[in-house]
Amino acid sequence: MNLILFTFIVLLGFTSYYFGRKKAYTIQSTKKRLTALPQFYGYYLAIWCAIPAFIIFSLWAIFEPTIVKLLVLNDYSNQGYLDDELNLIYEKTKALSRGQFTGEITPFIEASAEKYLSLRSIAQSSKVVIVLSIIIASVAYAYKRISSNSRTREPVEKFLNAVLFTASLAAILTTVGIVFSLIFQTIDFFKVIPLFDFVFGTHWYPAKAFVRDSSEALDPTMYSDTFGAVPIFAGTFFIAFIAMCVAIPIGLMSGIYLAEYASYKVRQYAKPLIEILAGIPTVVYGFFAALTVGPFLKELGTSMGLEVSAESALAAGGVMGIMIIPFISSLSDDVITSVPQSLRDGSYAMGATKSETIKRVIFPAALPGIVGSILLGVSRAIGETMIVVMASGLAANLTLNPLESTSTITAQIVVILIGDQAFGDPKTQAAFALGMSLFLVTLCLNIVALRVVKKYREKYE
Amino acid sequence: MNKNKEQLLNKRYKAEQRFRLYGQSAIFMALLFLTIFIFKIFSTGYSAFQKTWLIVPVTFDAELMMLEQNPSKEDIQDADYYDIALKSMADLDLNANEDQENELKRMVSYFFEKEIKNELLNDPSLIGKTKEVYLTASDDLDQVFKGNYPRDLPEDQRRVSDYQLKIFDQLVANGKVESKFNISFFTNADSREAELAGIASSFMGSIFSILVCLMIAFPVAVLAAIYLEEFAPKNRFTDFIEVNINNLAAVPSIVFGLLGLGVLLAIFQLPRSTPLVGGITLSLMTLPTIIIAARASLKAVPPSIREAALAMGASRMQTTMHHTVPLSMPGTLSGTIIGLAQALGETAPLILIGMVAFVNTIPGSPMDPAASLPVQIYIWAESAERGFVEKVSACIMVLLGFLITMNLFAQIIRHKFEKKWS
Repeated sequence: MNLILFTFIVLLGFTSYYFGRKKAYTIQSTKKRLTALPQFYGYYLAIWCAIPAFIIFSLWAIFEPTIVKLLVLNDYSNQGYLDDELNLIYEKTKALSRGQFTGEITPFIEASAEKYLSLRSIAQSSKVVIVLSIIIASVAYAYKRISSNSRTREPVEKFLNAVLFTASLAAILTTVGIVFSLIFQTIDFFKVIPLFDFVFGTHWYPAKAFVRDSSEALDPTMYSDTFGAVPIFAGTFFIAFIAMCVAIPIGLMSGIYLAEYASYKVRQYAKPLIEILAGIPTVVYGFFAALTVGPFLKELGTSMGLEVSAESALAAGGVMGIMIIPFISSLSDDVITSVPQSLRDGSYAMGATKSETIKRVIFPAALPGIVGSILLGVSRAIGETMIVVMASGLAANLTLNPLESTSTITAQIVVILIGDQAFGDPKTQAAFALGMSLFLVTLCLNIVALRVVKKYREKYE
Repeated sequence: MNKNKEQLLNKRYKAEQRFRLYGQSAIFMALLFLTIFIFKIFSTGYSAFQKTWLIVPVTFDAELMMLEQNPSKEDIQDADYYDIALKSMADLDLNANEDQENELKRMVSYFFEKEIKNELLNDPSLIGKTKEVYLTASDDLDQVFKGNYPRDLPEDQRRVSDYQLKIFDQLVANGKVESKFNISFFTNADSREAELAGIASSFMGSIFSILVCLMIAFPVAVLAAIYLEEFAPKNRFTDFIEVNINNLAAVPSIVFGLLGLGVLLAIFQLPRSTPLVGGITLSLMTLPTIIIAARASLKAVPPSIREAALAMGASRMQTTMHHTVPLSMPGTLSGTIIGLAQALGETAPLILIGMVAFVNTIPGSPMDPAASLPVQIYIWAESAERGFVEKVSACIMVLLGFLITMNLFAQIIRHKFEKKWS
């Protein structure tokens, strides 16, 4: 039904475009001067035809279910049911009205199912009537404006401008959505678990919180010592550290080489090849780390008499480092190339070799940009999920031994939320709290990094 | 004195060479990783494109199948194939005891009844006759035949018994084992049995999510880019939008998964595990990428174009829509394709919105539960059976193939259609 109405509105919109344009041609044939190109008459009519109808239509689609639900449940309102029970009754009613209800049918529910059906049909028909009358009214209004040859280009362009502006709000809306989706669950979480325990506690066993029966009241003492996030934070930064130990030397040196030494031909081939590393999906890296690097390190360790876990922080961090190489190399390449040639020439004129010029002149000049690129790399390492989930352990050990397994914020979020979640459970809320801390940490890193890079660009451009 | 100077110079030249060498070895290391990586994936994955079949003589005994004389198509459809299927496997070794017969049965996939049935449906005249039928080998034997299975392990650590190996070797010696191109890998949905598992469901899931993502992200991002580049006044608010976009581009993908879970599933009550929700989540992720690309290519259109149009009396909106935007399209499109390629490889947010559910049907619309290719890689990589290892690598090859094609396509659009202004 909704689909038919929607198509109908769209079709009407198109037809009114042609009517509007035709009207413009008729006005033109009476030797009157048009106020805009004929297609603007068409756009004007089409916008007036489709947009108000469409707005009503979507508002209706959003609010209809809620209103119907309120009306149906009105009968039960003063009988002392809980919210959950009311929801259950409503679900039963809906199932019954679709003929899919299998449980015991009470006369009460039967009555409300009938009421539900009649309300739905009233809603449907009144929707059609209202949408159609809106279309007729607005088209009549717009057609009158067109006939009197008043301005059409300005309103159409104003409308387009508004559409463009709304689209540009999407980025803000997404940020708001992220904060919104994280913050409520996080606040609920900290109502049960004190912030202090979360930030400074050293034991992380979210599985323990699962034992609770949903009918039991929340008992905060049960969760003491279950949600201490120190091992997770430590593991996150530890793995990121290992990754950067791999990525910074290789990425930086290849960036410098590509910018300063490589011939045009080497650069032409090596740069895109290295950038392939950035295009490989992280799940593929994860598989590689778990299947190849992990067992390889274990064998290597055993042959040297070391005890290496098959899921070691070293395997995950190392592979993550490989993934980050291209970010650092291409960003630092850009930064180094934008250092003015005059600095190099000055240094060469003093008799410095190329490497001395790079180390003493170019590197210090490019340092802010390089630091920015490294910070972006760190933010990527902290937010990386699949490699850690697949290659590092899922148990949160507090350790600084790279050969043991550790866990990270991202891995814990996946572990907790994979499968079915019960909202309102401290375990689920813990995942959102972790997500919030991840978002805040990466946000700070990104803002600092972007600002540093931007400052640097302004300096030399 | 002079000698000292020369020594110093030599030292400096050596340092220069060393530094150069560091640079070269860094590039070499990066490329080495890439090579090992690709080699490893291809060497484990290529065998998944072959599938092992056992050629087993099957006697279509009407009595065992409970078929009357001159059966109709429906009768053949409903007939009982289990007994003849079992019998034909047991006949491979006439002296087999009951346990061994069971082991014989496990040499083929549990799908073997259906394969025998299809054979008869294709040719109903086979009733009462014996024909050699191709049956899918079990995944363990498949791995044995491909040489991926360690045969020298002690028997109790193997999933293939000595007896099965003996019969299998006899079959191989008689030329009754054949390897053919694995079509079912592309046409089957996911399955718990490695020999039957395919990528069709996750492939369709990926396609649907990418389409939803494209339909949402492309228009919104292009409109936003047009506004920010051509119309927006320079003030605090537009600066704030810019900061937002740049930040979103660097937010970890899993956070978008939490957004999808907390807003799309919990508040808007959209159906779980579907490409619709996956696509919306991915579109929020790709939005900043496309906006940044579209803005860059709008910026690259020289002001003279705009000035010429304005001088001819076009309004600002007409200038933008008729001249600037069409000229910027190649850059925007290639940026969009690159953004979509990123979205195609994304796993973590899809796991959070439940696209890891086991789906053994091929989704027909974005509203059906589905997995996606990267998630399929994750699911198979987590399962313990040996047969899935090569499947994972093969799935990775398919995914990488897609990503490479998309990136090439982006390059071609950029080089072929983009105007060079100079």
